[in-house]
Amino acid sequence: MEAGLQLALDSAPFLLKGAYYTVILSLGGMFFGLLMGFGLALMRLSRFKLLSWTARVYVSFFRGTPLLVQLFVIYYGLPQLGIELDPLPAALIGFSLNMAAYACEILRAAISSIERGQWEAAASIGMTRAQTLRRAILPQAMRTALPPLGNSFISLVKDTALAATIQVPELFRQAQLITARTFEIFTMYLAAALIYWILASALAHLQNRLEARVNRHDQES
Amino acid sequence: MIVVEKLTKQFKGQNVLNGIDLTVAAGEVVAIIGPSGSGKTTFLRCLNFLEEPSSGRIKVGDIEIDGSRPLSQQQGLVRKLRQQVGFVFQNFNLFPHRTALENVIEGPLVVKKTPRALAEALGRRLLLKVGLAGKEDAYPRRLSGGQQQRVAIARALAMEPEVILFDEPTSALDPELVGEVLATIRSLAEEKRTMVIVTHEMSFARDVANRVIFFDKGVIVEQGDAKELFAHPKEERTQQFLSKFLNPGT
Repeated sequence: MEAGLQLALDSAPFLLKGAYYTVILSLGGMFFGLLMGFGLALMRLSRFKLLSWTARVYVSFFRGTPLLVQLFVIYYGLPQLGIELDPLPAALIGFSLNMAAYACEILRAAISSIERGQWEAAASIGMTRAQTLRRAILPQAMRTALPPLGNSFISLVKDTALAATIQVPELFRQAQLITARTFEIFTMYLAAALIYWILASALAHLQNRLEARVNRHDQES
Repeated sequence: MIVVEKLTKQFKGQNVLNGIDLTVAAGEVVAIIGPSGSGKTTFLRCLNFLEEPSSGRIKVGDIEIDGSRPLSQQQGLVRKLRQQVGFVFQNFNLFPHRTALENVIEGPLVVKKTPRALAEALGRRLLLKVGLAGKEDAYPRRLSGGQQQRVAIARALAMEPEVILFDEPTSALDPELVGEVLATIRSLAEEKRTMVIVTHEMSFARDVANRVIFFDKGVIVEQGDAKELFAHPKEERTQQFLSKFLNPGT
């Protein structure tokens, strides 16, 4: 047991370096995924059929195929078309594209859940569509969107372990490498699991605080 | 102030509005009455293009819009018109995530780019005017329906519109809350504000409006001086409609 603890401490720098990549992949995937997802959601809600149809096909594809396969296509497949990517950018692109599909559906549903009267009220004081979205619709839609977005983000943190398969030295990959050297399988994977847990918990905590914030007009005042 | 010419609206092959002509003078209060499904609400919503007309022209002040052209091609003009035309909804449609004061100043702040201090001063003044001083920081769900509707009226006033349109402003209210909203609208009438009010409150229409318009089946059946029309309706359909209100149960 003591040896295990010593090993965990010795390996901590490696694991933390892995965790650093895990955080980069998670935050990057969330940021770009949310950004693209928002654009896709607007396309989905557009009255131009071509735009909404394009977004629909995009979502269908990225939700309907395994993330692991998507990563392989990007990292191992694209070089055949002359597009060579380093592991980290390849993973970032993969996670962003995948997250975008989920974020699109969440945001689309949340925006559509806002009653038409809110659009009309904003229109009646002369607001543009963009102003209406920013000032009236999105703040309300975020209430609906936050819980499922939080779910997706937490899934993403855990799914970043898949980047190990395309050579990104993230948390799980580091644990694998250390295990191969030391054969302390249980300790290393448990340590990695704990770090994932801490990251996911931090995210869940952030989500709860944000939810309390957007719901504040519901509280007794 | 408002000139409407040959306004028509088709919806799913049905004629909802059949060539409405109407002129409203500055300072005039016009009440529109009629059975449900008569097109009166659709007409009102066409006046600020919440509903897209099929054809006809609408002029408010110096802004004129051709209803036969798609709205998507003249959005800038429509927005300009809407800034001149306040609208009060049956269901208030306040922004639930904003306080009463924030609701009122949203238009000046975002659309007119009024400095916040000025907008807030205006907002407080308007809330005082509609009898809601002290409720500035209350969120809509903490307010009664009557209070919410008065915030909505203040929100419309904040844009300093030339005209205010009311779409059945008391229909969603509990009976005991109707009076406070009607009193607020009445005080606006006394300031000689131009208003068009779709309503089921007949005695209110008779007392407050200068002119009453009876709508049925997408046309104006009859219009005239409010007291005159209620006392001596000329058209048979008007008589039938009013008799239901004046002699309920017969």
